[in-house]
Amino acid sequence: MSGPVIAETERTPSTAASAPPPPREPRLTWRQRLSVADVKWSPYLYIAPFFVVFGVVGLFPLLYTSYLSLFDRDLLDVESTYVGFANYATLFRDPQFWNALVNTISIFVLSTGPQIVIAVLLAALLNTRLRMPTTWRVGVLLPYVASLVALGIIFANLFGPNYGLVNGLLETLGFDRIDWQGNRFASHVAIAVMVNWRWTGYNTLIVLAAMKAIPKEITEAAMMDGAGAVRRFVSVTLPLLRPTLIFVVVTSTIGGLQIFTEPKLFDAMPGSNNGGSSNQFQTITLYMYQTGFETQHLGYASAIAWVLFLLIIVIAVVNFLLTRRIASTGVAEDGAR
Amino acid sequence: MRRQQTRVLAGAIALAAVAGLSACGDDGNSGSGGGGGQVELTIGTFTEFGYEDLLPEYERLHPNIKITHHKTGQGGPYHQQLLTKLAANSGLEDVVAIEEGHLPDVLDKPQLFNNLADIGPKDVKPDRWLDWKYQAGTAKDGTWIGYGTDIGPLAMCYRKDLFEKAGLPSDPEAVKPLFESWDSYFAAGDKYVKATGKAWFDSDSQIFNSMQNQLDTGYLNKDDELAIESNPDIKKNWDQVTAAGKRGQTAKLVAFSPEWNNGFKAGAFATKTCPSWMLGVVKEQAGPANAGKWAVTDAFPGGGGNWGGSYLAVPKQSQHPKEAAALAAWLTAPEQQVKAFQKTGNFPSQVEALSSPELLGTTNDYFGNVKTGELFAAQAQKVGQAQYKGPGDGKIQENATSPALQAVEQGKSADDGWQQAVDSAKRIVG
Repeated sequence: MSGPVIAETERTPSTAASAPPPPREPRLTWRQRLSVADVKWSPYLYIAPFFVVFGVVGLFPLLYTSYLSLFDRDLLDVESTYVGFANYATLFRDPQFWNALVNTISIFVLSTGPQIVIAVLLAALLNTRLRMPTTWRVGVLLPYVASLVALGIIFANLFGPNYGLVNGLLETLGFDRIDWQGNRFASHVAIAVMVNWRWTGYNTLIVLAAMKAIPKEITEAAMMDGAGAVRRFVSVTLPLLRPTLIFVVVTSTIGGLQIFTEPKLFDAMPGSNNGGSSNQFQTITLYMYQTGFETQHLGYASAIAWVLFLLIIVIAVVNFLLTRRIASTGVAEDGAR
Repeated sequence: MRRQQTRVLAGAIALAAVAGLSACGDDGNSGSGGGGGQVELTIGTFTEFGYEDLLPEYERLHPNIKITHHKTGQGGPYHQQLLTKLAANSGLEDVVAIEEGHLPDVLDKPQLFNNLADIGPKDVKPDRWLDWKYQAGTAKDGTWIGYGTDIGPLAMCYRKDLFEKAGLPSDPEAVKPLFESWDSYFAAGDKYVKATGKAWFDSDSQIFNSMQNQLDTGYLNKDDELAIESNPDIKKNWDQVTAAGKRGQTAKLVAFSPEWNNGFKAGAFATKTCPSWMLGVVKEQAGPANAGKWAVTDAFPGGGGNWGGSYLAVPKQSQHPKEAAALAAWLTAPEQQVKAFQKTGNFPSQVEALSSPELLGTTNDYFGNVKTGELFAAQAQKVGQAQYKGPGDGKIQENATSPALQAVEQGKSADDGWQQAVDSAKRIVG
């Protein structure tokens, strides 16, 4: 709403300045000029607090990190040497970085995929007529409210290779024990379960909100055409949910690529940032944290931070373009109908 | 501080909210008032040092001193803060506690600390402490960085009942030959595994670390070059431990993990390398159900050893280094450390404290009323020279060898594991 107002007030003085001869301008009284300035600048002032705080705690660290990433600097170094892009060059040849990248993406896929499928199904269930709907909706959100640290400790116990409940269960069912810590893929699954447990309910509610927004008429029309419940879900509900699903995918991309606490707490060695005995579940953020604050190579850690930042931007942009395409085809389909 | 101000000015839109914030930030640093001869000292410790009653006592003895105690619950975050504040050159307490494992990093930067030989009270001499404890707190250039507080002399804990079942001797005197050397220790382990089919020790790394600590130098030589490949003793220990592990002697339980805790309850291993403070851990994890089953003996394979213990240091940032050093000297005097020992069980590092009747009379009922004071005092005397540990030594143990040994327990071959340890160590030091 305020957008057009600003545009107009901005336009008035500039057209006045270009067309007639310049000396006319000072006619405005001091009071008038103040009120023009008020209209012109106040909005900026009102939104300034956010940007100032963002500048101090968001932008400054961002820029300082990019500056640091060009130096060979350790935490306790008194002076640091400028090395240009050497940190980045080293990074791209660093097998531990690529290992961490693969781990991150693997855990991300293992967690986001099932998470969205379960979230949609849960939302569909919650969308049916239930007694006490609010109770159920709050219920699915409970894991999200629970403390992440408590969750990490509980899951590390559940997935303990020797005395864990999961392995105990597998054994009673006649399966072999799985080394959840040692086996690379198994550890990713265990961590993904932890992530899913926490985030599925949250995504369920977002999807549920989108389902509630689907006009009843469309569903009813489909019903009139003789579509069963499954057909209505697949052919009506799902296509109309796509923009929301993409939103959910984008947010879990950003979260998933930065996953840190779950793998850290999952490690059997308390407080370790190694991500397992051979870094089998070390994520990029864990590697960055370890490099910066344990090995204390601040410059190198800054380079990792920047690569991760760019990576997230690239994936987010890809997802954004995807959203636009799919959303627009969705509209086209609606129009056709 | 000046930099902080210009930064705020640069963010010039300078709204009231931000101006208020920065004003608060500036106040914090400047106010260590020196008016009227009154000196305010701060001291930073982690976990339990047992200083709660001692600090007020010091204030009573020195009316012009006021002490603020900053206590951090966990050692990890505490030392991270310590290093960050050292790097920022501000924000540290006048007296800071430093744990043995983090000492090599600090000893590498002696210029950031006051030399206690210069600013400390003249009557406090190195011979107050066990020689190895004093040596370990001194930097390569001779700067005396920390007064020793406590130590963790190593003894052997073992399950009496499990030893009996396996046909091994179980009396604290009779088991000593088993713990004479590492060879005899692993040989006994083979017998035990054969008889019971269960593991002899908790994990490869717990044994390897003890063996590593008995070498003359750590993972770096005295020129601070990585010695993990050039020192054949390290590889020899590696081969011996991993071979024993592959023969079934390891329970493959990572120390202090939830699984390790369960291992105590389940009796998954029969022996445990036991620094003095480990007795409390064993009691807590094994629980009342296993009371009377654990025993401890004053023997340790390959002589003695130490695991844990701390120092008090005075960083250069301190505004009152002399007063701070005087406080640190008083706290680490034998009388005070004996009181701290009675409160927390932290074993004192001072020669005189080790022969005090309060300490020698201490017993532990969970371990069959054994005279733990006497036992660990004897073990403390067996520790030889302080091992030279270069910068990064602790990190190599934590992030290179220990994880690699865990990988071997998870199925990697001993040679691949060794290669992993070497590669990680190179990355840490390089």
